[in-house]
Order: sequence, then C-alpha cells, then structure tokens
Amino acid sequence: MKSTSIRTPIGKVRGLGSAKSGTEHWWEMRLTSIALLPLTLAAIVIVISLIGRNHAAVVQILGSPLVAITMLLWVYAVTLHMRLGLQSVIEDYVYGKAMKTGLLIGNTFLTIVLWLACTYAILKLSFGV
Amino acid sequence: MVEFTLPKNSRVTDGKVWPKPDGATNTREFRVYRWNPDDGKNPRVDTFTVDLHDCGPMVLDALLWIKNKIDPTLTFRRSCREGICGSCAMNIDGVNTLACTKDMGEIKGSVTVYPLPHQPVVKDLVPDLTNFFAQHALVQPWLQTETVAPEKEWTQSKEDREKLDGLYECILCACCSTSCPEYWWNPDRYLGPAALLHAYRWVIDSRDEATGERLDQLEDPFRLFRCVTIMNCSKACPKGLNPAKAIAELKKLMVERQKT
Repeated sequence: MKSTSIRTPIGKVRGLGSAKSGTEHWWEMRLTSIALLPLTLAAIVIVISLIGRNHAAVVQILGSPLVAITMLLWVYAVTLHMRLGLQSVIEDYVYGKAMKTGLLIGNTFLTIVLWLACTYAILKLSFGV
Repeated sequence: MVEFTLPKNSRVTDGKVWPKPDGATNTREFRVYRWNPDDGKNPRVDTFTVDLHDCGPMVLDALLWIKNKIDPTLTFRRSCREGICGSCAMNIDGVNTLACTKDMGEIKGSVTVYPLPHQPVVKDLVPDLTNFFAQHALVQPWLQTETVAPEKEWTQSKEDREKLDGLYECILCACCSTSCPEYWWNPDRYLGPAALLHAYRWVIDSRDEATGERLDQLEDPFRLFRCVTIMNCSKACPKGLNPAKAIAELKKLMVERQKT
C-alpha cells in the first residue's frame, strides 16, 4: 500500500471486491477442531499401545475396524486442519506474489501426499499385508 | 516475507534531552516520538521533564504543557479533551489509548508516547488514517431502506434499540484497529475491528433493509475472516467497547445463513 498512489482511498480499500467466500474455511476449521478433540485422544492411546510391539501385534491391533477407522479419521481431520491453518499463516506472512502462490500450491500438495501416505500405511497394516 | 526490522529511514534514534524546568520539585519524565517530514532525519525520541505542580493529571495535559512551555513544534491531534472526539489516540506506555483520558498516575516510571502503531506518520504523533476512514466508508455506515421513508421517523422497538448499545458509542479513534496484528499485516484487505464493529452495528439495526448485501460485502477471507479473535481490539478500546464480540457475531450470522 504505497501512499504515493493516486488511486482514491475508497477505490483502494474496495480493491478486487468481496471474494464471496470465507465462511467455508472458517466453518471447516471449527469442524476439524471439534472432531480432533476426541480423535486425538484416541490416537494418542492407540499409538501408546503400539509402543514396543512387533509387526504382528501391530497388525492385530490395527486389524480391528474400530481402531483402523479411528486412525483414518484422525489422519484425515489432522491433515485438513493443518492445510487450513498453514494457508492462513502463508497468507499473513508471505508477501511476494510468486512465493505466496507457490507456497499455497505446495501446502495443498504436501497435505494430500501426507494424508495419502498415512492412509496407505494404516490400511496396509490393518489388512495385514 | 514479513519484515522484522524497520526500514533504515524509520529507525528510531535518541533525540534531544530538553532542560528540566527551573525549581520544579514534583516532575515526570516524558519520552516522546518525534518525526519531521521536512528535515530528512530519522525519527527520534525526545526527553521532556514536566512540572506536575503546573500541569493537569492526564497525558494530554502533559503534552499540552510541553507544547506551551518547552517546544511549540510538538505536533499532535486533540480537540474535546474528554474522550468523545477520538482525536488524541496514541500509543502511551505501550498501549493504544486516548491521551485525554489516560491518567499519567497509572504509569510507572517515565511516560513513553508514540503515534498509533503501523500507520504512516504525518508528523510527530499524527498518523495518516486515510485508509482507516476509507474502510469505514466501505461498510456504508448509514441506514439503507427500500421502503418509502415515513413522514416522521423510522421507528424501532425498545429491545431492538438496545441491540445497538455497546456499538453506537464508537468514536473511531482507531486504537483497536492499530492494535491488531492482522490489521498490521493486511491493512489493505482486512477491514479491521473498528470498521467491522460499525458494519455489525448496521447489520443488526432492525430498521435497515440491506442486511444481506452488507453481509455479502463482508463474505471474504480477508475483509472479515482475517480476524483470529486475539482480542487486542477489545483490550485497547478506550470506550470499553467489545469489537471482538461484534466480529464474532458477524461470523455467526455468516454461518447462520449458509450452514445451519
């Protein structure tokens, strides 16, 4: 925002206009927060119960549909929550247009890769292969 | 990336230490931000000693005393001297507030006075609030109706009128918006607590017929949803208002019309 610009102040603050979105992002952030309260507690208990176990025992524990689905839900909620949060951080603190766009794209890609890798690992163990 | 240091020509240097008033027994030290657009120098912090026997209790009294008795070039805005005009908003002892209602007795040690943070400085303690007022204009802070205006006045129930309490009292001093980090990082896109409080004041006015259009204007990841509810705004407000609550109510209305 250069004060030397000869554009009128109201023209500047109107800018490109309202994006007509924003509630969705805010709502998803709340939904994932609510979901993560019980899911994170459950995930911590499950992970602790896996400590020191061998592969066969882990396969047996994750073979339970309840345990596997809890872990899958937790991974889904946590990666979605991470993506939304990191997006806000990038929007706030990165100013260069190219850098900002690049990081926003990278954030989405990273999230999908993380989500898919974790989901694949859980399913692989759950089905005992 | 975000800048963590001030540009070279904005770095604050030690300024002049003005002589103490002769024979004064009860004094207070004031450290005041000075910047003159005409001398090409960096901003500096001048030290003044104020004779409290000769001066009123408020920070504004001391600034006027300095201007009258020590340095007539000290520049700041003031008008009503009783917290209703919002002109003398500045950063005192690290907190945005009105100099006219801030009792210097509440401050320990020397009193530091800076202009409102993160705004262009016109001179000394005078910030350029052009952008701030343009954002106030953006929310169209006036009654909008399609119904033909009644002969006398638009009526409103007592209960509906009470909904405006805690909102209409805002004096647009800019203490809240300039205390908000989200407003510091995105002043061109985030409307800031003051403009949003005014937006909410018109959104919930029972006489207004443009509620949906008003919400449409705010439906934006920056204009409204940049707020992450850290509540610096409500802490700073020298009128005791709660802009953070007004913003939260706006978000709830957004959810109401879209999600529930």
